[in-house]
Amino acid sequence: MTSQVSSPADQQRSPGSPAKEVRRLERVIIRFAGDSGDGMQLTGDRFTSETASFGNDLSTLPNFPAEIRAPAGTLPGVSSFQLHFADHDILTPGDAPDVLVAMNPAALKANIGDLPRGAEIIVNTDEFTKRAMAKVGYAASPLEDGSLEAYRVHPVPLTTLTIEALKDSGLARRDAERAKNMFALGLLSWMYHRPTEGTESFLRRKFAKKPQVAEANVTAFRAGWNFGETTEDFAVSYEVAPASAAFPPGTYRNISGNLALSYGLIAASQQADLPLYLGSYPITPASDILHELSRHKNFGVRTFQAEDEIAGIGAALGAAFGGALAVTTTSGPGVALKSETIGLAVSLELPLLIVDIQRGGPSTGLPTKTEQADLLQAMYGRNGEAPVPIVAPATPGDCFTAALDAARIALTYRTPVFLLSDGYLANGSEPWRIPEPDELPDLRVQFAAGPNHTTEDGTEVFWPYKRDPQTLARPWAVPGTPGLEHRIGGIEKQDGTGNISYDPANHDFMVRTRQAKVDGIEVPDAVVDDPTGDARVLVLGWGSTYGPITAAVRRLRAAGEKVAQTHLRHINPFPGNLGEVLKRYDKVIVPEMNLGQLATLLRAKYLVDAQSFTQVRGLPFKAEQLATVLKEAIDG
Amino acid sequence: MAETTTEAPTFEALSLVPKADGKQTMKDFKSDQEVRWCPGCGDYAVLAAVQGFMPELGLAKENIVFVSGIGCSSRFPYYMNTYGMHSIHGRAPAIATGLASSRPDLSVWVVTGDGDALSIGGNHLIHALRRNVNLKILLFNNRIYGLTKGQYSPTSEVGKITKSTPMGSLDAPFNPVSLAIGAEASFVARTVDSDRKHLTSVLRAAADHPGTALVEIYQNCNIFNDGAFEALKDKEQALEAVIRLEHGQPIRFGAPFGAERGGDGLGSKGVVRDQATGDLKVIDVTVEGTDGVLVHDAHAASPTTAFALSRLADADTLHHTPIGVLRDVRRPVYDSLMAEQLEKAVVQNGKGDLGALLSGNDTWTVVG
Repeated sequence: MTSQVSSPADQQRSPGSPAKEVRRLERVIIRFAGDSGDGMQLTGDRFTSETASFGNDLSTLPNFPAEIRAPAGTLPGVSSFQLHFADHDILTPGDAPDVLVAMNPAALKANIGDLPRGAEIIVNTDEFTKRAMAKVGYAASPLEDGSLEAYRVHPVPLTTLTIEALKDSGLARRDAERAKNMFALGLLSWMYHRPTEGTESFLRRKFAKKPQVAEANVTAFRAGWNFGETTEDFAVSYEVAPASAAFPPGTYRNISGNLALSYGLIAASQQADLPLYLGSYPITPASDILHELSRHKNFGVRTFQAEDEIAGIGAALGAAFGGALAVTTTSGPGVALKSETIGLAVSLELPLLIVDIQRGGPSTGLPTKTEQADLLQAMYGRNGEAPVPIVAPATPGDCFTAALDAARIALTYRTPVFLLSDGYLANGSEPWRIPEPDELPDLRVQFAAGPNHTTEDGTEVFWPYKRDPQTLARPWAVPGTPGLEHRIGGIEKQDGTGNISYDPANHDFMVRTRQAKVDGIEVPDAVVDDPTGDARVLVLGWGSTYGPITAAVRRLRAAGEKVAQTHLRHINPFPGNLGEVLKRYDKVIVPEMNLGQLATLLRAKYLVDAQSFTQVRGLPFKAEQLATVLKEAIDG
Repeated sequence: MAETTTEAPTFEALSLVPKADGKQTMKDFKSDQEVRWCPGCGDYAVLAAVQGFMPELGLAKENIVFVSGIGCSSRFPYYMNTYGMHSIHGRAPAIATGLASSRPDLSVWVVTGDGDALSIGGNHLIHALRRNVNLKILLFNNRIYGLTKGQYSPTSEVGKITKSTPMGSLDAPFNPVSLAIGAEASFVARTVDSDRKHLTSVLRAAADHPGTALVEIYQNCNIFNDGAFEALKDKEQALEAVIRLEHGQPIRFGAPFGAERGGDGLGSKGVVRDQATGDLKVIDVTVEGTDGVLVHDAHAASPTTAFALSRLADADTLHHTPIGVLRDVRRPVYDSLMAEQLEKAVVQNGKGDLGALLSGNDTWTVVG
């Protein structure tokens, strides 16, 4: 894939750099890499914000160790942030960086393998000391031994330059040095003509209580920009035009998956006219949702940081009983602990959202890396027959819509619902068209207000398990409603009355009815993208693989190949037309970041020979890799 | 300060809960479900006491919720004609916390047992106590697992012979009152299933307490641990075993120190502070020696003396077991604080505006 198309850009030359050449690019992939204390995530976030406000399409991939401060200068301590931005719509953070910013030898060593020949590398030469290089196994300096000949290397003494720029700031050398990430950001901002006002005002806001630090960071940022403009090493700067054609009209912002999901929950609460209650225990990569929701108490949002995962969901379930839109947020290990309470929610038939931001497993696994291996846990991980609907967002921005959809199902059908996001969606970001509140679905529900059953002797009574004939949902009668006092529990209940029942026929009926309720949930049909209508291979994914799968499909189609694509938002129940869709194609390829969990479900339910393509590296698929697999399927 | 058992309760803790329209009777709180505890179980007495006490609160019964875990006592909600949830093992305090913290208009009660609250649910119990959520926790302690047919529990005495410990249990028991005081509980009381009057007085004090109230109820399991509390119930033995605590009263117990011996008619034993160790000890009261006897102060800011009182009891013989309200202090209530933060957020930032939230500060517009 050729990403860099040079052309003279005479009209849009940056006013400050008249002498230097400006080339126009369609898209660029940049990776910032450094020690986990170097501020790479912040640097990447800022570059992303600048890029979003400039109007490029973008997609990001933060990648960091689980340790807050891993041993300095080591390979496991490397933290990186990859950003792909373009003048057209893009779907992934990109396969291979065009530019690597390496703040130390470890960052170079850990990332060099991902770089294509010809990529640009900006290295902080100050950190390439003998000791630092030896720490990561460089016997000789890679900057001098010719091993980087295939790349365009820009050696920049970032630390020295930053300290020099801040010599009048009054900061101690140690503190001044910490602004080197802003120097690097300034340099890259110059290289790619990024707007700078946003970052400067951000720095002043962030360090409002330490004006000296704020000014030092702004100074370093500007020094980096000026360095690019003046030094001869950087002869060319690049422009990537706004992706105007890629976006339907509207107002946009950049948004990460966890932020979109948090907003989706608040929106659902507003649209349902129910108070939002979050019961949660901190866990990576889900904690951001707890943090975000805690900031919006003025929406009537209650956030409860529980003593453990079990109490988190317990409190949420208690709030659901009381009539709240109740949510618990966690990751895979937390789901394992919550399983018994999810089973109780299935039995109580109360609305409850279980948000699982999946990460690498089993056990503690890879806390900061992405994976899709909780699907079968969500599907089956409970004692007894305990069906739970599953909704999966496809992109960071889609987490908003998926949260509303999960809330719709929970509220309409009075059931716990799994919302399966993952670490890649959670921390990745993309431009997002901001919806108008009046575009959002109406999620209002009717609480039970009076008796719903007449006994044989003519008495009007309330039966907590008398179901709606359409949805099979039971009434939601909240405490405080006179005359509807009732008791519910985890013991099997008699159909209708909800009283304890050990009757064999009743249990059989109740188990089948709970299953039928979930099976009957209304979900939209799967939409198949098959432009020529005669593709023989279908690629089917779910969740965060949407971006790489779609990018791969586009590459194949651009090369004249025929391939059909569908992507599942609903995994339990499956879309009603899915069986028919699967049978239409000779081959069904299912890429997943697990060992084939969706494929297992498809094969069991539809007796289709779905073929898995799997990867569990803690990273999203690369489009190129998927394109190769699909090409083999088409040719084979 | 909080009211005590001896003073008229105001039920201030329940001020946000709607009142009943008319006068209620015990019958109003009986559900239509057949009670299924073993005949002779102590739970019957507690159920009757609670149903009998509820009308005194005068609350709309639709605003009362009983939440329980798993175990014999946890069937309790089915028998109360209020809202109720029979949940899962150990989790009732967590579930009730969610309910109470989201619905200040409810009176939320937790019914639990020694296994439910102190073994599988120990974590939730201590955290509910430290948070001081507006919950009333009734901990039925029969010192045995009943529903699973007779294994030793975390309150069983060391050496307990049960099906799972044929050579005797090895682990030291919890003293639930000591545990609760250690967990920063703002209200801790102990009572006995068979003493309806005392049980009711403790329920009254608990209901009146803003925040989490823990009431340990010694309850007889006549099938698997019959007579576990006989020392407290038998009139003769109780003289040595039971220390009745009343706020503001000297801590005296035992056979009356009668006038014939120059006494004051109160118990002939008293609890005093050992000047050398600072600990508490039991003494025989003499005519001159009544001054040193501690006067019970349930409202003392420091939990030290309440804890020391809870340690007087001998886990094996139950001698010197204090009953009554050991501790009753005011502390900010979690759910009230949570509600205040929500109000404060509206004052500071205005009522949430969804459109503004979704837009954020950094947007761009694409024109078609």
